[in-house]
Amino acid sequence: MVEISDIRDVLKSLESLKGVVDTLSDDDDLFEKGLDSFGSVQLMLALEERFEIEFPDSALGRRSFSTIRIIRDTVAGLRQQEAA
Amino acid sequence: MNMHVEVAATVPVAAPAEALDARGRRVAEAAARHADAVDREGRFPAEAVAALKAERLLGIQVPRSLGGEGASMSEIAEICAILGRACSAAAMVFAMHHIKLASLVTHGRDSAWHCTLMERIAAEQLLIASSTTEAGIGGDLRNSLCAVEAEGDAFRLTKEASVISYGAQADLILATARRHPEAATSDQVLVALLRDQITLARTGVWDTLGMRGTCSDGFLLKAEGVPLVQVLQKPFAEIAAQSMLAASHLLWGSVWYGIAAYAVDRARAFVQGEARKKPGQVPPGALRLAEAANELQAMKSTVVAGLARYEDAKGDPDALGAIGFSIMLNNVKTTVSGQAVDIVQRALGVVGIAGYKNGTPFSLGRQLRDVLSAPLMISNDRILSNTANLLLVQKGSGKLLSA
Repeated sequence: MVEISDIRDVLKSLESLKGVVDTLSDDDDLFEKGLDSFGSVQLMLALEERFEIEFPDSALGRRSFSTIRIIRDTVAGLRQQEAA
Repeated sequence: MNMHVEVAATVPVAAPAEALDARGRRVAEAAARHADAVDREGRFPAEAVAALKAERLLGIQVPRSLGGEGASMSEIAEICAILGRACSAAAMVFAMHHIKLASLVTHGRDSAWHCTLMERIAAEQLLIASSTTEAGIGGDLRNSLCAVEAEGDAFRLTKEASVISYGAQADLILATARRHPEAATSDQVLVALLRDQITLARTGVWDTLGMRGTCSDGFLLKAEGVPLVQVLQKPFAEIAAQSMLAASHLLWGSVWYGIAAYAVDRARAFVQGEARKKPGQVPPGALRLAEAANELQAMKSTVVAGLARYEDAKGDPDALGAIGFSIMLNNVKTTVSGQAVDIVQRALGVVGIAGYKNGTPFSLGRQLRDVLSAPLMISNDRILSNTANLLLVQKGSGKLLSA
């Protein structure tokens, strides 16, 4: 099970978001809150490491990483696939 | 699966309507007549832009429902290449105008104000300039210091724009700014500012090695009492990713292709002249010409394949926002900008002193100076760093005929 709080922990490790993570709702657009292309790559790397998953190229669009809730769902989906 | 990425570069992605082509060629004739003066005097290519307006080429990208012609990126790219052969500055002005228009067409359709603006662009042939570069930020497109300061339903904006290409001649400027004074530097919007809504105080003069006619002076831009509806609501991050990045790299690449193709044509004409003078012998420059023609074909294939990938992804935000798509566009830019310089240099080597000298039928000095801007116009190092970052997570398909 992937919790929203796990995703928030990962976000706090990012330079571009660490100051604002606690003020974000689960549905705020992270790109509007300061996440940039460098940060989004760092985010993907951190998620891959933390949850032992690999994002396929098809999941590497902006949309898969736009909100905390969407990230949780994407990660949870990948974990299920890899477990299956 | 589409077969468009094959290297059959002689087959255009989507053959532009003959009419557009012919209109572009008429503008190119006017542009060519004044290209040397534009370069020498570092002045705006006014005759070429007047011809663009007369041929109504500034509004072709606007959808038909708004009075335009719904021209595709490939059709516009073809005109960029046609103009690039004649006058690099005029071609670049045309390209930059359509890069901005692409943002309006892609992201302004759900705003009544911007739809009316597009109707005006088509009807009145308004010339659009871009203001992204800012003092303290430099060329980093995705960060701004200046901010939209709202008061009621209007806003104020002051921007130290260290570069606005043809800012003094434009009818409309699309400027980036932070969404509000407290927003992060990367939380940007794109605002449309009409000429009569702003004041521009020149702070720097564009006196450069090449591309002298783009008149990319520095300005202090001030706007006051501008209706808030003129702010595009889409985050600029999305506008940059979904329309600007692709339009910039593909249309610039097409301009540079036009410059390089002109140089190779001059080299070919030179070698053919030599061959006629001494029948039975292959002129010494022929081998160098073959190399230049070889590289020109590779360059063309890269631009054409990029256009095809874009036309394919168009309208699909997921495809346009994918990391692999950004990497592809970055690679198009860094590849063709380097090739363009190399090709013009090779062509100069073929024609020799006749190319080095101004005022001969083979002069290539202007083209060489102009094309040297290609690797610098958004520095290739900046783009390669961005690609390097994206490659940390891309997996790659290993396929030849698709992404």
